[in-house]
Formats: sequence, C-alpha cells, structure tokens
Amino acid sequence: MPATTTRPTASRDEGTVQARTARQQPTNGARRLGNLRHHWWGILLLAAAALVFVVPLFILVTTAFKTNSDIYTWPPKVLPTDLTRDNLTTAWQLAPFGAFIKNSVIVTVVGAVAKVVLAVFTAYAFAFLPFPGKNVLFLVMLGALMVPGHVTLLVNYITIGNMGLINTYAGIILPGVGSAFGTFLLRQHFMSLPTEVFEAAEVDGAGHLRKLGSMVLPMSVPAIATVALVAVIDEWNSFVWPLIITNSVNMRTLPIGLMYLKANDGMVSWGVLMSGTLIVVLPMLLVFLFAQRYIVTGLTGAAAGSGR
Amino acid sequence: MATVAEEHVGVQRTPHPSPPRRHSVLHQRRQRRGAALFALFAFPNLALIAVFAYWPVLENLYLSLTNWDFISPEPIFIGLSNYAQLFTSSTFLDVMVTTVTWVVVVVGASLVLGIALASLFSMKLPGTAAVTGIVFAPHVIAGAAIGAVWLFIFDPNYGLARTLFEAVGLTSPSWTTDASWALPALLIVSIWKGVGFVAIVYLAGMQGLPSEVLEAARLDGANRWRLFTRIVLPLLSPTTFFLVITQTIAAFQAFDIIAIMTGGGPASATTTLSWFIYEQAFQRSNVGYSAAAGTVMFVILMVITMLQFRYVERKVHY
Repeated sequence: MPATTTRPTASRDEGTVQARTARQQPTNGARRLGNLRHHWWGILLLAAAALVFVVPLFILVTTAFKTNSDIYTWPPKVLPTDLTRDNLTTAWQLAPFGAFIKNSVIVTVVGAVAKVVLAVFTAYAFAFLPFPGKNVLFLVMLGALMVPGHVTLLVNYITIGNMGLINTYAGIILPGVGSAFGTFLLRQHFMSLPTEVFEAAEVDGAGHLRKLGSMVLPMSVPAIATVALVAVIDEWNSFVWPLIITNSVNMRTLPIGLMYLKANDGMVSWGVLMSGTLIVVLPMLLVFLFAQRYIVTGLTGAAAGSGR
Repeated sequence: MATVAEEHVGVQRTPHPSPPRRHSVLHQRRQRRGAALFALFAFPNLALIAVFAYWPVLENLYLSLTNWDFISPEPIFIGLSNYAQLFTSSTFLDVMVTTVTWVVVVVGASLVLGIALASLFSMKLPGTAAVTGIVFAPHVIAGAAIGAVWLFIFDPNYGLARTLFEAVGLTSPSWTTDASWALPALLIVSIWKGVGFVAIVYLAGMQGLPSEVLEAARLDGANRWRLFTRIVLPLLSPTTFFLVITQTIAAFQAFDIIAIMTGGGPASATTTLSWFIYEQAFQRSNVGYSAAAGTVMFVILMVITMLQFRYVERKVHY
C-alpha cells in the first residue's frame, strides 16, 4: 500500500495548504494587488466555488430560525423576518433530542478516548517493544484496513447480539474501538522520534510506562491530536452501525435521531428538521474551525483505510 | 485468532537473540519482559481487530452459504443457492447497475471537479485559504445532516431547486420522490460532500510537484492548458490513482445519504449494493442472502485494492 505509506510522512512537514498560503500572503502585498487585477476571473471562480458550499449551510442555519410563514412562501425569503426558537422546541417535542445528544456525546467521548488509548499503547508496543514475529503481526493488523466496513455489519451485529450488547453503549462503541489506522499513524510517528533521548533514558532504567508518559507522548501531541480528532468526527457522524445496533428511540444517536425526526415529522416542517440538523452539524463545524490543520492531514490519511 | 497463535509461538521462541553474550541471561529476561509487555499493550487492540474486522469476513462467507432469519436456532446450510439466486435475479442486476452508475459518476465527477478546484486554489489568490476550508467542510459533517439539508433544497415547492429552475423558466422535478430524478439528486449530494476532500488531496499533490520542471516548461512557452495536460496531470498520476481507489471504496459503501433522503426508493431507484445488503439483512431478515451480497461487495473491493497494490508498485508514475 505504498500510497498509504507515504501519506502520513508527507503530512508531517505540515505542508498544509492553509498554513502555507496564509504565511505567504501578507509578505508580498504588492504582488497580491497585481494578482487581483490579473486574475479577476480566478477570484470570480473562487467566489462561485465558495457560494456553492456556503449556500446550503446558509439555508440550513436561516431555515432553522425561520417561522413557518417565512419558509412556506413564494418567492422565498432569504433572511427570516422574525427569529424564532419554535422549531427547536418542536423538534424537542417530536423526538427526544436530549437523549440523542447525551448518547452521541457518550459514544463519541468514550469511543474516541478508548480508540486513542488503544492506538497509543499498540503503537508504542510495535515501535519500542520486542516481540517475535512483530513485523508480520503489524502487516496482519494493517490488512484490516482493506476490509470494507460495510461488509462487517451483519456479522458484527450477530457478535454483539451474542454478547448481549444490542441497544447498549458498549454495543455501539466496541466494534469501532480497535484501530489499525490510528496505530499505524502513531507507530510511524513514534519511530521517527530521535532515539538518542530514549537510549539515555534506558541507561537510567526508565520504565516503559514512564518512557511513554514523559517522553513519547509529549513529543507526539500533534500526531495524537490528529488521531483523536479523526476518531471524534468518525464517532459523531457514524450512521449505519448505530442504526443497526440500537432499537429503542432513547438509545439513538443524533444522526439516527435526525432520520427519526424526519419520519415523525412526516415532511411537515422544514424549519423543525433544519433545527435538528443544526444540532448535528454545529459541533463538528466548530471542531473543524479550530483544528482544521490536524483534521485535514488526518482525514486525508484516514481515507486510505476506510476510517478504521 | 492469529494473534493468540502468535503468542504461543512467541513464548517458546523468545530466547535466541545472539548479541551481548555476557549479559545474555539479563538480555533474555529483558526480552521476555518486553514481549509480555508487548502482549499487554497491543493485544487488546489486535483482539478487537481480529473479532470485528477479520472474523466478520470469514463468518460472512459462511453465512452466505446458509439460510437464516436471525431467529431460528441455526443457519441452514444451502450451498451456493444464495449466489445462484443473486446472479439470476433481475432486481440484483438493477442494484448492480445503480451501484456502478453511482460509483462511476461520483468518483469521476469528484475527481474532475476536485482537480479543477485544486488548480484554482493553487493560484494562491486572496481568500483561497478560507474557500479551501469551506469546500472541505462538508467532509466533516454527518452524511445524514447533509442529506436533510439537501432534502429541503430539492423540495420542488419551497426549495432552492425551485428558485434555480424557475430562474431559467423551468419547473423543478420532484427530485427525491421521482424515480428518474432521485438517483441524480443523491449523486449531486454525494459529489458535493466529497469533492472538497479530493481537491485538498490534489492540492497537496500539486504543491509537491518539482517547481523546476514547471518553470522550465513555462519558459519553453507551454501555455496553461498544455502545461496542465502534458506535465501536471501526468506528474499527479500517483495522486489520481490513490484517489480513484479510495473514492471508489468509499462510494461503494455510501449509505447515510441514501438512508435519509430516499431509503433506497422510490421503488428501488436508489438501491445500491450497500443499501441492498442492509435492506436484505435488517429489514427483511434474509441473513444468508444479504451475506452473499456482502461477499460480492467484498470481492469487488478486494480486486480493486489488489489492483492498487500491483499497479502502484509497477507503474503509475510518469
């Protein structure tokens, strides 16, 4: 999987687009003006591209706060005449959004933390601890990246059923906790750390836990953040597995709750559906806003392994 | 399973690293302690991967040879009947046609639009950073949420679709409830969600191109289009290949957008292989039949992944 192997290394030099353009722009303001005059059509295209992606989000946000009389009118109103919270209230009445939010938060936090912890320990083991057949084992683990998640649904449902965990948090979380991609990314990072530091420590007889806690982890914050953020996004947005493995309304996570709301809403009010949607979208948009760099590197790498 | 076997072999084989003879006893003890710690650190994760990624492939293969409804005590072995039924069913043929259409259109359009966006971004015009972020944003949003928003956009009575169609003097179709418009609607949404990711990967690829080569070509008087088709595109072939594979694998498994927008309908107009697998197992309790369809998906994606292995190693570059 050479394409996969190169990705995390390539991303480490932080060649993130945004960072680079942002750094260059202020320095050559003169050229920038020239650019402007030269490339007006480029700017136009850029604006058009932005519009294509902003307009649906704009519709989402405004509709969530529009009254029905603003939504069901023609020609359409771009902005709400009154801001209303009724949609949110109605969404709460039609579906247990409190429970959805609670479930999503629990599943996301516990799932992501467990995934990161397992990935850190596994990566540490593969990077620093001796084990016969370790490299073969590593390849076997990487092989899991090739298994398409959708094909595992049926059997995992049966497995979780046999464990008596259907409709439980453990049932939702457990199959997603094992992490081959995160382990791979962290192991590559750990192995790139300067070994001299560790050798000095080994003379000291520093235990492995201390080595992990006081040296490897502090030196790997960006890599771990990347793995954690990808895990958070995956868990929060996860759809088909929570759909299958839960069967009572009160155990549904937010994305499934949205489908429930839609079915319950009977296509009556777009405002209600949009306010529910906003609750699903907003947290991840905020996370993205503040951690864009890590997320972009992480997700571009994660694509190699269908999110496992 | 494999991991447990490894462990036993491991314990017997450990004590034979040759180096420092003097400290060999110490060294051995250290190795053994290290191996024990390795097991402690790595095996929980490896066990989960074995149980929830590898075991399903094998068990799914077995289930595909049986007839079961989740409820009756045991799956009944029926040989290849499920496959025979799949491959002679006109419904399944339709499903495969829909799936291939989906994959080809989504992957094709995402790549073309993605590289166009990346070219635009690589001009480093003012505002590029913000637009890059905006275009990528849908990739971090739940497909279910995106589906819900577009459901409203496609509303022929009050949605943006009506505005746009009326602007050019047409009447908007009833997208998601019209059998001939539902699939195009979902394709648009799927492309909208995924194209930003493709653009970012292409952009990273473009920034890694050797600037001397591009500069030389420019000095030789190559115009933009020639530069792009003769130099940039061939140099980006590894990126393109990576994207084709990963996007194809993702497109085959598209689910949440279908679930919230059409539920595979109207009739079965948007039933892809991924929806079919879900529907057969979890809405109709045809476990064996669903497993057989799952195996079909597994084999197709395996072949594509193998192609990646072979092709990337041998060729791809320029």
